[in-house]
Amino acid sequence: MSRKARKGKSVLPGFGLTMGITVAMLSVLVLIPLASVLVYAFHMSWKEFLELMMRPNVRQAFVTSVSCAFVAAVLNCVFGLVLAWVLVRYEFPGKRLMDGMIELPFALPTAVAGITLSKMYSDEGILGRLLGYIGIKASYTKTGLTIALVFIGIPFVVRALQPVLEKLPGTYEEASTMLGASRSYTFRRVILPELMPALLTGFGLALARGIGEYGSVIYISGNSAKEGTQVVSYIIMQKLNSGNVDYEGAAAIALVLLLVSFFLLFLINMIQIAAGRRTKQ
Amino acid sequence: MEKHNNSEGKFVPYLLIGISVLFFLVMLVFPLAEVIYRSLKDGIEVYKSALAASNTLSALWVTLIATVIALVVNTFFGLCASWLLTKFEFRGKQVLSTLIDIPFSISPVIAGLAFIMTFGRVGWAKPIIDWFNGVFGTDISFVFSVPGVVLATIFVTFPFVSRELLPVMQAQGSAEEEAAAMMGARGFVIFRRVTFPHIKWALLYGMILCAARAFGEFGAVYAVSKARGKTFTLPLEIDALYMAGSSDSITQAFAVSSLLVLMAIIMLVLKQIVEYRGKVMEE
Repeated sequence: MSRKARKGKSVLPGFGLTMGITVAMLSVLVLIPLASVLVYAFHMSWKEFLELMMRPNVRQAFVTSVSCAFVAAVLNCVFGLVLAWVLVRYEFPGKRLMDGMIELPFALPTAVAGITLSKMYSDEGILGRLLGYIGIKASYTKTGLTIALVFIGIPFVVRALQPVLEKLPGTYEEASTMLGASRSYTFRRVILPELMPALLTGFGLALARGIGEYGSVIYISGNSAKEGTQVVSYIIMQKLNSGNVDYEGAAAIALVLLLVSFFLLFLINMIQIAAGRRTKQ
Repeated sequence: MEKHNNSEGKFVPYLLIGISVLFFLVMLVFPLAEVIYRSLKDGIEVYKSALAASNTLSALWVTLIATVIALVVNTFFGLCASWLLTKFEFRGKQVLSTLIDIPFSISPVIAGLAFIMTFGRVGWAKPIIDWFNGVFGTDISFVFSVPGVVLATIFVTFPFVSRELLPVMQAQGSAEEEAAAMMGARGFVIFRRVTFPHIKWALLYGMILCAARAFGEFGAVYAVSKARGKTFTLPLEIDALYMAGSSDSITQAFAVSSLLVLMAIIMLVLKQIVEYRGKVMEE
């Protein structure tokens, strides 16, 4: 379809109507409520704000949320790459079941995942005991928190990679192999660069989800300030629930969490653009 | 597929399949088995009574209401937004599509907080609602009530349908619709007869993802729902049972969880069917 036809006045009807509905619904249901958080966060003075952010438990929560989400997203990239590769390239019994179940973490409510993982990795749980033998304690530690985030994030990476792997032409690999490159060299220098944008997308989505995650992590993490296993979402919720409700504090921490998430997504976008430019050369 | 395996020997494929299967079993299959095992641990009677408890039934009802409303609202929005974003060129299009995706990348807890800050005791919209209730003698409230739960659910699932529709409609282009318009077809007829057949599987797919997230939402709903047996959804009821801490109530929590596991599996099967039908139609 020519670009010209679309640039001018479109012959298709419904521009005004759909524009009105889209903007109105987006504003009422998402943007205005979110803006209220911003407005509310600014009720605080700078001094109060800084004092709140410097509190050890708040600072610790940010460090925990970001670092655990980061480690989980990296692990997801590794396992996601293997899973996507296996699902696209190999045939084996049970493959379709595995393919269908990859999205279980999307469909399974986070609270269910949370209590289940917490019990499984506890000292009486089957995996908790197994890990206990090799001296790893999962429940109520950052290890457990990270495991929950790996569970939540894995479909993002697999689903981002699969379509790209399916479309990847075999000719590049064949050419590389015929020119005498080893399999691992071909993978690193030919296949991986092609997958990089999709891998980064999956990484970014898993990271963003992990930083804000609440339901699946609060049971397994134990939420102990001393152990540093409180996440930011938990701190916000605590300010809404505890005896003396602190709306301003909750809004201010939420604002910083929003900024951190957007900054990381922006950063990943930049890396993606740079990576795209490099492969095009 | 054989040709790919030539140069890497037999070892690598087996290793990779082995890692995948192990990951799959430990991370995805074990948890499901764990839910079933723990829910039936104390016998079928305990299981049945947990599901028949009045709190569970009330939670099931609230969950269904919130899911259905979120599904309807977001499907309607998804169709409007993707028509707008794929059929027309205008300034700020990129910004608009980025804004629609916001709920994807923020913490659900912030979504709940947003409604408290808008409609809650401290919210700026509170006087407006009070005035409305005073004039019309109603008792509407958007936080700590079922409408609040519905709003929070809509928020977190907002972009699900539009996100699935956009790429399909983008790839389809608008040539067919333009031809229909030239021949004098009206707007809704064009949509129903020309566009809809192309997008129906993507639409269903988006709706399934939306429903799956809606009935399982926890963080956002938790912030705006405080009354057990009245405004609790199933995930909140599970949390309350689990946090009660006694061995009985934990078993009950897993029994209620098994209900959600069942719903999740139904969603996955539906999704698989829709994906398959969509692929068949494409070919």
